[in-house]
Amino acid sequence: MKSTTTILKRELRGYFTTPVAYVFIVIFLLLTGILTFYMGGFFEREQADLAPFFFFHPWLYLILVPAISMRLWAEERKTGTIELLLTLPISTGQAVVGKFLAAWAFTAAALVATFPIWITVNFLGDPDNGVILAAYVGSLLMAGGYLAIGSCISAMTNNQVIAFVVSLVGCLLFILAGLPAVLDFFTGWAPQAVIDTVSSFSFMTHFNSISKGVIDLRDVIFYASLIGCFLLANTLILDAKKAE
Amino acid sequence: MIEIQELQKSFGDFRAVDGVSFSVQPGEVLGFLGPNGAGKSTTMRMITGFLTPSGGAVKVAGTDVGIDPIAAKRRIGYLPEGAPLYPDMTPRTLLEFIAEVRGVPASERKARIEKVVAQVHISGVLDQRIDTLSKGFKRRVGLAQAIVHDPEILILDEPTDGLDPNQKHEVRQLIEEMSQDKVIILSTHILEEVEAVCSRAIIIARGKVVYDGTPQELKERSPSGRLDEVFREITTAAAPALG
Repeated sequence: MKSTTTILKRELRGYFTTPVAYVFIVIFLLLTGILTFYMGGFFEREQADLAPFFFFHPWLYLILVPAISMRLWAEERKTGTIELLLTLPISTGQAVVGKFLAAWAFTAAALVATFPIWITVNFLGDPDNGVILAAYVGSLLMAGGYLAIGSCISAMTNNQVIAFVVSLVGCLLFILAGLPAVLDFFTGWAPQAVIDTVSSFSFMTHFNSISKGVIDLRDVIFYASLIGCFLLANTLILDAKKAE
Repeated sequence: MIEIQELQKSFGDFRAVDGVSFSVQPGEVLGFLGPNGAGKSTTMRMITGFLTPSGGAVKVAGTDVGIDPIAAKRRIGYLPEGAPLYPDMTPRTLLEFIAEVRGVPASERKARIEKVVAQVHISGVLDQRIDTLSKGFKRRVGLAQAIVHDPEILILDEPTDGLDPNQKHEVRQLIEEMSQDKVIILSTHILEEVEAVCSRAIIIARGKVVYDGTPQELKERSPSGRLDEVFREITTAAAPALG
């Protein structure tokens, strides 16, 4: 636990000693602003909620989160520092969790930085702040899911571009799992149970209910187990590479 | 202290390390010699737990690296080949990080870091980003992180590579100072270095140990008393006939 915290601190500091953090947060705020006000019709709807803000999060994360996760392991491999890290007296799992938590804490910081929009909507009307808080929690959980997938994929390569593109496609599959584009592929020949299973893996399905203010335990379990599975796979991949 | 039995490592069809066995006791400075690609770094990576052997075993102070890697790694200080370091950190933050993960108590950390900084002469660059440092400084920061927790076992992969003659001399002195109560394994291309600091030399060629003895004995093998001649003879003799 202590080693995990030490890794987490080093990683987190790394974000802020390089331009990564500042570029990411600025772009994130800029894009959420544009999407919410112009494409989401924040004012035109004349409703005091943040639905147009949260609506775009799955798509925004699709581009931005792989940009964070791509470097997690690919960069360590490229610079050779993975040899320094994995010969420290820590388990591979501790290194994986420490790096993941740092990346997650960083996305949480970016999410917190969107608070002016929350102030705005409270200034303009009388929104249900419970719903907004739930949506923030849901958004953070979803970001964790994207990050875990990206971290796992980053462990397979020393090329950050490959890690980015493959993670983007991987996350896209999880978004699309609930949409007709993917489900139509199964309807007609696969039993309903299969279709339901595929659609139950969708980030959208699990995010939509939370963003409406309902924190269903099943959604939380979905994201928690998704993160757990991908981090486990991440650890196994790193250990397998040692024996390659 | 370190026991290596029939260590093997294959990458695909290639046998990088092919049945290496030896043991090292405290007070010994073991020089690892061999042509490029002979398996020196691969052997060191297996001792430090970075690579999993395809066969054989490594025991560090009685602990099998394969069974309890964390306990084994705790006793080791390691300078990997090329001295990889986090480029966006400074030597100070890096040493603080390594000391913390390696379990140096918080109360002793500052004193330990001050000591190694003085030992490797990096006080002038302590707060500069590592990616702005020269190769020589990077190597010395790498050395500092390997010894910051005062390990019983020191594994150094080409510790003097990229240093100028004066810096090489300093590092050799440092190794000599530390050698009394430690096990030190270092790899090098420089034959004089083995003569200068090592109490024992192992030559590896094509993944096998082809010589194990003192540098003095090695030298005596050559009629001219030149190490490079013996080295060439030993490492090429085992080569399969061409054609």
